[in-house]
Amino acid sequence: MGREEVEDRMRHLAYVGRRLVAMIPVAFGVTLIVFFMIHLVPGDPARTLLGVRATDESVAALHVRFGLDQPLWKQYLDFLGRLVHGDLGQSFFYNVDVSELVVGRLPATIWLLVAATILALAISLPLAVLAATHQGGPVDQVVRAVPLLGLGMPSVWVGIMLVLLLGLKVRAFPVSGFGTTPAQHVSSIVLPGLTVALALTPILIRSLRTSLIGVLDSDYVVTARAKGLSRGRIITAHTLRNAAVSSVTVLGVNIAYLVGSTLVVERVFGLPGLGTLMLDAIFNRDFPVVQGVTLVFAVMVVLINLGTDVVHGALDPRVELA
Amino acid sequence: MSALLELHDVDVEIPLPGGTLHAVRGVSLSAGRGQAVGLVGESGSGKSLTLRAAMDLLPVPARVTGGTIVVDGVDVTGMTPERRRKHLSSVMAMIFQDSLTALNPTMRIGDQVAEVPRVRLGMSRSAARARALDLLDQVGIRDPESRYRAYPHELSGGMRQRVCIAIALSADPALILADEPTTALDVTIQAQVLGVLARLRQERGVGLMLVTHDLAVVSGTCDELNVMYAGRIVEHGRTEVLLDAPRHPYTAALLRSVPDPDQPVHRLLTIAGQPPDLMNPLPGCPFAPRCPAVVERCRTEVPPLLDLSAGHQSACWRAHEPEDWPQAISEAALEGVLR
Amino acid sequence: MTAVVAGPASPTGRAGRVARASSLRLNPTLVAGLSLLGLIVLVALCAPLITHWDPIQQDLTSSLLPPGNGHLLGTDQLGRDVFARLLYGARTDLRVGALAVLFPFVLGGTLGLLAGWFGGWFDLVLMRIVDIVVAFPFFVLVIALVFALGQGTSSIYIAITLVGWVAYARIVRSEVLVAKEQEYAMAARASGLPTRRILLRHLVPNVLLQAFVFSMSDIVLSILAIVTLGYLGLGVPPPTPDWGSMIGEGQAFVFTRWYLAAIPGFAVVITGLSLALIADGFVQRSGRR
Repeated sequence: MGREEVEDRMRHLAYVGRRLVAMIPVAFGVTLIVFFMIHLVPGDPARTLLGVRATDESVAALHVRFGLDQPLWKQYLDFLGRLVHGDLGQSFFYNVDVSELVVGRLPATIWLLVAATILALAISLPLAVLAATHQGGPVDQVVRAVPLLGLGMPSVWVGIMLVLLLGLKVRAFPVSGFGTTPAQHVSSIVLPGLTVALALTPILIRSLRTSLIGVLDSDYVVTARAKGLSRGRIITAHTLRNAAVSSVTVLGVNIAYLVGSTLVVERVFGLPGLGTLMLDAIFNRDFPVVQGVTLVFAVMVVLINLGTDVVHGALDPRVELA
Repeated sequence: MSALLELHDVDVEIPLPGGTLHAVRGVSLSAGRGQAVGLVGESGSGKSLTLRAAMDLLPVPARVTGGTIVVDGVDVTGMTPERRRKHLSSVMAMIFQDSLTALNPTMRIGDQVAEVPRVRLGMSRSAARARALDLLDQVGIRDPESRYRAYPHELSGGMRQRVCIAIALSADPALILADEPTTALDVTIQAQVLGVLARLRQERGVGLMLVTHDLAVVSGTCDELNVMYAGRIVEHGRTEVLLDAPRHPYTAALLRSVPDPDQPVHRLLTIAGQPPDLMNPLPGCPFAPRCPAVVERCRTEVPPLLDLSAGHQSACWRAHEPEDWPQAISEAALEGVLR
Repeated sequence: MTAVVAGPASPTGRAGRVARASSLRLNPTLVAGLSLLGLIVLVALCAPLITHWDPIQQDLTSSLLPPGNGHLLGTDQLGRDVFARLLYGARTDLRVGALAVLFPFVLGGTLGLLAGWFGGWFDLVLMRIVDIVVAFPFFVLVIALVFALGQGTSSIYIAITLVGWVAYARIVRSEVLVAKEQEYAMAARASGLPTRRILLRHLVPNVLLQAFVFSMSDIVLSILAIVTLGYLGLGVPPPTPDWGSMIGEGQAFVFTRWYLAAIPGFAVVITGLSLALIADGFVQRSGRR
């Protein structure tokens, strides 16, 4: 038995390894895009960076500072080289390393993402189970209407509505800031987390419900019923796990969108995260920070996708053979 | 032999957007302890639904709308679903046609076999595992230890079906209901799986109710046969008798359409006509439109199951005079396909 | 699972009537969605007829008035009539939203069509690019691009196009791959018709349908993006009325004039609802789930 478990673990690791290797070209491509963003605009990139503050001297200074006179491929290699050392450049505005800024702002964003995922699952799962087990009934109709309304709700507006209803009228949670203690973090993250979660729930409910129905209709559930198992056991041991498989994929696909919406939600709730860092940098025309944060976001998405792939492989043994 | 499963005049209806489908009409049959009973018919005859009705596993819109079902002396028709489930699963078990979809793809097969002992019989983890290994051995899986941790997609079709039988046995049933268990398997594997079922019958007295469209399968396995057409039982009796001297035109046509490997085949014989419309059933015998032996009475009155001799019944107004049926029965080619 | 036997068709019976209604292919969801959208578009088009107020006319002496006195929804901080801004804002957001979907549709659809049909290295490279673009969160890349290109409506179009084409490329490509295997494509190839003709006559109509259904929910996404950009001040440049900037400006007054931020949001939700209903209606119609 021990040998079999070792074999399982090896197979799992090999799968993870394969996924990592597949991500390398994507990682390169990401750096390429981030690097070239500034060169998209016709004309002198230095002038674009400085915008209205461009003077001949400042433009020339920027050329020297960023080596903009060198051939493009050399610039890119330099860029990659710096990246490997964790050097994301220096902020124009704050005169501090971008990486320092990023590290400082990372916690708030991660708290937000985690809170959002937990809340999204906590809301979607019970609703989807209810809808699928009472398919066609009034509960199901109501649950199916939720995504129709929810898909069109701007996170911005949802955030403001929550502030209005739960933050101001009822004063249940703080409406801005992050606090300094973990306890304060938790209470500050509820409303923003809920806002982001509500952006995810329509999609999640839909896909969970569909896959649950598919599973409930499937033959192995009939076998389970033939075995005389109780309804609860059928749902927990047989239905949920199989339905989770396809939903993990859906979650993974939508994570990118989710991460993006944290940007605006942080602004609405005044959270000191990567999103507000980026938005401030945009208004300050602080290009290195914009570039750096974009890169960090992309890396986060890639890592989260790797994570969901791994979870998917762990849940569904048929996948790891691919 | 006391009857383990009795269906009395059972109806199953399926409400659909276009109308109600009368899939099973007034079906009565029984299976006694240790008996092997066959239920044959073409696609759409209602045989699968009859089996599922007995096990309370009808797919969602379908419902039992008439008759009674008695399992081990207990009338389960009016019971609450929970109580019924408990009683049924303690007496009977079921296996299905597609063993791949019948098994949970993300659960190891050993755990699936051990599930009933653990969850319903309250055994400890190790005791359940031991029982599962024993069951896997009983169904003829060699080296069950190494197979225990396999997933369904890692096993061959024949193995998987044996696993399904092991699962069925795990609750120690007195009767196994089998819905086309060998249809998806090739002939040699078919024989093996049927062999397992036969052995279980001999050694442990586990009864069998087998649904299939394949006459070859029932001829070797079942003592008694029920032939179904358009939701009704049209003939019932001992297998040898039915196969040798059928007393219903449909049964006769079924037999004729099976090519005899020893005879040269001139043309493949089929049954003329269209399959019956179960949404708007005709008055009279359902086979009347296609029956070469039809007379006026057949179109207006539904023949009940008439006793011919001990244990042999046929739902045909002309069951007593098979010699007078037109010979044309064997020459009915043209449209209509037996599936 | 059920072995249902189809009876002989009865064109005059109840079964026949059911068949005829569905052949019109209008289900309640689709009708509801189209009507709602139609209403919104109508209201937007008739804005000058519905209200006489000029949405960009400022009147600092009448700033932040509550509803009443000729102002159906009051005025905002610059004295502009809120109701008028709402109606004219519909014009802006609907127009930009629809156009911003058109370009990715065309670009992504074409690329996907070519990649799916010809395959080979073109397909490989394209799919790699898709993987890379998809690695970026949608908003982040759009905002970064708008930043790089400078604020303005054309920047919005370009940014959304550069990020949004991938979804269409994927959908069209996978539909093409499926359709390629279908009998009619093989038959057309066997009969010697030139490649372009096969593409245009046989594959495009079916493939377009799937992309079209997706574009309905993509318009919602696009409007959300524009609204969000507007909120951040990066959207359609002022003074053009736009729901997003209304929300952004209204947030500051959420204590006293909560509706300034809330009502434009409702408008977005209703618009999104109509488009979601249309998308759902189409899905029901085609029978795919």
